[in-house]
Amino acid sequence: MPRFSVWGIRLALLYFLVGITFGAILLVNKAFPLHPALWALLPLHIDFLLTGWIVQLVFAVAYWIFPRFRSEPKRGRPQLAWAALVALNLSLALLAAASLALEPAWQLPARGLQVVAAGLLAASLWGRAKPTETGKALAEAAD
Amino acid sequence: MPPITRAFIKASLLYLVLAMGLAVFQVLQPWLGLNISGLSPVYFHLFLVGWVTQMIMGVGLWFFPKYSQQRPRGSQTAAWASFWLLNFGLLLRAMAEPAASAQPAAGWLWALVLSAVAQWLAALLFVLNVWPRIKER
Repeated sequence: MPRFSVWGIRLALLYFLVGITFGAILLVNKAFPLHPALWALLPLHIDFLLTGWIVQLVFAVAYWIFPRFRSEPKRGRPQLAWAALVALNLSLALLAAASLALEPAWQLPARGLQVVAAGLLAASLWGRAKPTETGKALAEAAD
Repeated sequence: MPPITRAFIKASLLYLVLAMGLAVFQVLQPWLGLNISGLSPVYFHLFLVGWVTQMIMGVGLWFFPKYSQQRPRGSQTAAWASFWLLNFGLLLRAMAEPAASAQPAAGWLWALVLSAVAQWLAALLFVLNVWPRIKER
């Protein structure tokens, strides 16, 4: 597993744990209202689990297992992948700050950063959605 | 494919059918003369925890690099505990949330708390179990 995927998967696991912790707090608060301010965790619960956990995990695993190029860099430009990871996590940190500090104005840069992260992620994986070298050889042999 | 992965994947496939079925039921409620509230969060959690997350957990336990030659998939006890806790918690929530919406009896409210704790423990056990397997080869 490349170092990038180790970072991506571990970050995803952390978001999974934090996201589900927020979910558990919200569920307990639904049953026995502890404090109305706890509902501010709801958008974070959703973003941490959808983006921090699922999107980040899919990206990190895809970077690891998608077909590689024949020449270096075999997994494409690593700078693109790292930039996507940084943008994604910065956006989540900004969303957390927006929710916890009750500053809705911070939502816009956070969402903008998510668009940038998504674009970088797509650019990083685009060229690797291709036949494997074995698959290519088999197709050529069949022709 | 190890038994724990098969269990996670088969359970996740059942949740997919269940979630889709619940979505149909929600649409049909007015025609059936029913008004059961609290079903939307149940639908989202059956879909995202039952189907998506459980599929990820099952495939992850199978696919991540080996923990060691002796214990390639880490602790089997932790993995199975995670499976049972997640499913117990999720199904309990699916029953307790609409029931508590209709009649907030203490039993249903405590069932929600129990479901939250069970699902949280499942996630914690899963993360602790796979964490050492996320490594460079």
